[in-house]
Amino acid sequence: MAYEPVLLARANKADSTSLEGYRLDGGYETFARVLKDMTGQQVTDAVKSAGLRGRGGAGFPCGLKWTFLPKGHPGPIYLCVNVDESEPCTFNNRVLVEKDPHQVLEGILLSSYAFKATTAYFYIRYEYGAGMRIMQKAIDEAYAAGLLGKNILGSEYSLDVFIHRGAGAYICGEETGLIESLEGKRAWPRIKPPFPAIEGVFRKPTIVNNPETLANVVHILRKGVDWFKSIGVPPDPKNPRDAGSYGPKLYCISGHVNTPGLVELPLGVTIRTLINEHGGGVWKGKKAKGCIPGGISMGLMTEAEFDTPLDFNGPCRVGCLGLGTGAVTVFDEDTSIVDVLHNLCRFFQHESCGQCTPCREGTGWMFKIMDRFRKGQGRREDLTVLEEVADKIGIMPGTTICGLADGAGWPVKNAVRKFRAEFEKYIQDGSASRSKPLPMAAH
Amino acid sequence: MATVYVNDQPVDIGNEKLNCVQAAEKAGVLIPHYCYHPALSVVASCRMCLVEVGEKKPDGTISMMPKVVPGCQTPVKDGTVIVTRSDKAKDAQERTLESLLLNHPLDCPVCDKAGECTLQDYSFGFGKAESRMHDEKKTPPNKPDLGPNIDLFTDRCIMCSRCVRFTREISGTSELYITHRGDHSEIAVFPGDPLDNKLSTNVVDLCPVGALASKDFLYKQRVWNLKTVDSVCPGCSTGCSIHIDGNKGVIHRLRPRANPKAQGHFMCDEGRLGYHYANSADRLREPSIRGPHGWTPVGYREAVQTAQQGFNEHSLRSITGVWAVLSPFMTVEEAYLLALWIRDFGKEARLVLGPVPREGEDDHYPKDCRGNAAPGVPKFTIRAEKCPNRIGVEAILKHFTGTVIGFDAFLTALGKGHVKSAFLAGGYLPTGRGHWFPAEAVPLLEQVNMLVVQEIFTSALSQKAHVVFPSATWAEKEGTFLNHQGLAQEIHWNSAPPGESRTDGQVYLDLLGRTGLMRAHQLRREIAQVIPSLSQLSTGHLGTEGVLPGEAPPVQSPKRKIPVS
Ligand SMILES: Cc1cc2nc3c(=O)[nH]c(=O)nc-3n(C[C@H](O)[C@H](O)[C@H](O)COP(=O)(O)O)c2cc1C
Ligand code: SF4
Ligand code: SF4
Ligand code: SF4
Ligand code: FES
Repeated sequence: MAYEPVLLARANKADSTSLEGYRLDGGYETFARVLKDMTGQQVTDAVKSAGLRGRGGAGFPCGLKWTFLPKGHPGPIYLCVNVDESEPCTFNNRVLVEKDPHQVLEGILLSSYAFKATTAYFYIRYEYGAGMRIMQKAIDEAYAAGLLGKNILGSEYSLDVFIHRGAGAYICGEETGLIESLEGKRAWPRIKPPFPAIEGVFRKPTIVNNPETLANVVHILRKGVDWFKSIGVPPDPKNPRDAGSYGPKLYCISGHVNTPGLVELPLGVTIRTLINEHGGGVWKGKKAKGCIPGGISMGLMTEAEFDTPLDFNGPCRVGCLGLGTGAVTVFDEDTSIVDVLHNLCRFFQHESCGQCTPCREGTGWMFKIMDRFRKGQGRREDLTVLEEVADKIGIMPGTTICGLADGAGWPVKNAVRKFRAEFEKYIQDGSASRSKPLPMAAH
Repeated sequence: MATVYVNDQPVDIGNEKLNCVQAAEKAGVLIPHYCYHPALSVVASCRMCLVEVGEKKPDGTISMMPKVVPGCQTPVKDGTVIVTRSDKAKDAQERTLESLLLNHPLDCPVCDKAGECTLQDYSFGFGKAESRMHDEKKTPPNKPDLGPNIDLFTDRCIMCSRCVRFTREISGTSELYITHRGDHSEIAVFPGDPLDNKLSTNVVDLCPVGALASKDFLYKQRVWNLKTVDSVCPGCSTGCSIHIDGNKGVIHRLRPRANPKAQGHFMCDEGRLGYHYANSADRLREPSIRGPHGWTPVGYREAVQTAQQGFNEHSLRSITGVWAVLSPFMTVEEAYLLALWIRDFGKEARLVLGPVPREGEDDHYPKDCRGNAAPGVPKFTIRAEKCPNRIGVEAILKHFTGTVIGFDAFLTALGKGHVKSAFLAGGYLPTGRGHWFPAEAVPLLEQVNMLVVQEIFTSALSQKAHVVFPSATWAEKEGTFLNHQGLAQEIHWNSAPPGESRTDGQVYLDLLGRTGLMRAHQLRREIAQVIPSLSQLSTGHLGTEGVLPGEAPPVQSPKRKIPVS
């Protein structure tokens, strides 16, 4: 049975962005009902028992995160909506915001109501100008309709939503980097503890969520917890730490496929299905060499690993970091993995915020090595260095403040381990002459 | 009471709130660190202090955390286990050092910091001998005009951000910031807004490497040639604890010495750079006597005898005509000896306090964005009273005269012709703020029959004297200063006074006819016995941090390391 999209259900409608259009499709009815009949705690409980996990990349259980807020806090409590979306190849937030802003706004309302936030900051990357304007219009409409502001729909509850435009850095998407940036500072991630739920924006309790996570909240409350849990993959009984991967997910397909784009599917679809059934197969009749499974921070997969299900657990089983943003980028068989890795390293050395020594210097070093590789001066020892550096930077080994470093190391170690033969051949051939100069990247 | 285990060694930390770096320090174990500094906020970004941490359960079992953690960010509690040299911790420390050296020029031979550089020290103690770096290093251009007193050697910077945090948290002036990201980050100032504040040179001490250099010291000395002594800055009544670094009789720099009882960790630029007069070739180098045929340089003995005889004669004629002016730059010991000598002539001999230089108001830091003192407890204060020991000299004067008689009394008496013999004691800093003795009163000195002046440089005042003693600077003598809150601190000499000069205290000892050399700790004991208000000096030792009024002094001063030169 074909899956019926819910998050993207309205995306292709003619009038998908207006309040009127959203209302015709039953929009804000859920919020009105929740406001009347449910307490914030009940909303949190529902989200918790639905097993909704964050869609921003880390996959942290959403309801659980909300319960970390201090009990009985006098306020203010803040919600930050993380639309920095700078993970390469990722564009699901963009479509959500540009095509169905009121769905996101209803998610913001429901979540804020759940944990008594009185202000929500909508942090959107600078490049999303259209998204910003569409969202601003939606917010204005909502204020006019009494859905935002003081005493929403005649209730005791009040909420203000402000849009904040970022100024272009990957690290602004890291939640504490985002908070610093919102406060008007350099987006240098903060040391934790204290976590944002205790001390976030302006040193007040703060929840940071991805808009896709928030959009899911709407449907959990509209269609019920059981509906939500009927979609996706239940926890792996053999893995006690697996919290399950329930619900729908927006998958971005890009790279060397015939029909790149965004699809909504239940969590747990395999990469092969994604490419063949939704991406129209690998382009030019070629075979795939591998892919990036969920944004470049998650590492690399070989073609042989394409049957891995894209749920929160699957990619880990083949040595990737996790599901990430669910953005799959495919390389065909003629792609040079050295070029791929060179470009990935270039991204991270450019985007490391530079405060932690291992990340600042490590990303730079890995890029220099890859640069030398492409000049035909790679050495076997460099592969060892690359692997070692990649293994030892990040919050997982404990050597950095934020996860950017883990993400910077993952594709490197995956590439070197999974495509070692190609690297060695490249060294032996002195293949530099074959490498085309890279186009200047936009960043 | 809490016990922490550092490399298996139990340490009692009491109720103190400490992090792993501090707790290990208590156990005598160094956890290498760069970004952490006790006076600044914790950012835990350099990752030099990575250690393994765990917990000892009441049943004796130990559970370790699976990954390394930054010691500076990790608080300790009862039962915390810190392992600083496990394979995992060693590996992490080696890697951080390897990373730091990737883009480091290693131009130690021409680097001012070499010899006291923690990058050198840690590389030696915790690093790897070989580099695996095969690529070109970054060579960002230097910024010689970061500030009027500061040079930035950009490529040596290890991005610990101490300097940036200093300007944000301590001076509050926020001139420094970090520009660019990742391994292209650099310390920078905005165009037209250089690092120019009254505390700016502290960033040089904070900088763990040779990136920030003091223009005053740059390329003057290799630090291992310097002889270091502990002293106190004579610039204002804050009394910052300092190190004096000198070589072969020349002072090359002053550095703040951390002292929670005095100023904390820092010192102001004016105090730091205010030592140059001591090295001047124009200093008075020998005593001289003015006779009918003008000035004659004389031997020290002769000068002492002349002064002694002059005062003897005039005190017999009129004891109320005998005056001594004590300066607030004198040490407690000097003030005591001079007062003792003057009072030897008779109870009516007059003792007054010389002018106490003041300038503006106390200057509190951090500043807010408008340059006013930020609310809250100040983290550093430059005091308006520009002398180190008014309180100490006043304590001596009160003992001898009951109250402190101000300098005006002397001027009035001088105007009325009542001053017959006078001893004007030295030590006033030549600051460029004008001479301490009012110029209009100088001609009146003609009528004084016996005028003895101690000065560092010759002046209109010394021209009127009959006997001139060259005065020693504070860096050439031992003694005690009492700061604005009465904290008594020891000062020590780094070099001998030039030429034929003797320290001021030695002059008084010889005038008094006491034999032997000036020994500050013996005099302190004597003073504490005679003057109860200075009982804090009773053991003769004040330790490295000094003794507050009412505090028990240490029985012995800690052994001073004899610098190898
Ligand atoms: C380097 C880095 C970049 C990140 N960028 C984003 C981003 O662009 N958007 C996002 O939603 N989360 C991003 N995250 C994850 C956030 O830190 C955070 O986990 C997330 O916003 C939480 O929302 P969720 O629980 O709804 O997923 C990033 C994390 C790291 C370490
Ligand atoms: S890990 Fe990298 S990006 Fe994250 S805080 Fe540290 S230096 Fe910045
Ligand atoms: S900063 Fe230290 S390691 Fe670097 S050149 Fe100077 S002395 Fe050598
Ligand atoms: S200049 Fe010195 S103090 Fe400042 S960040 Fe660099 S190394 Fe640290
Ligand atoms: S000293 Fe702990 S991270 Fe820098």
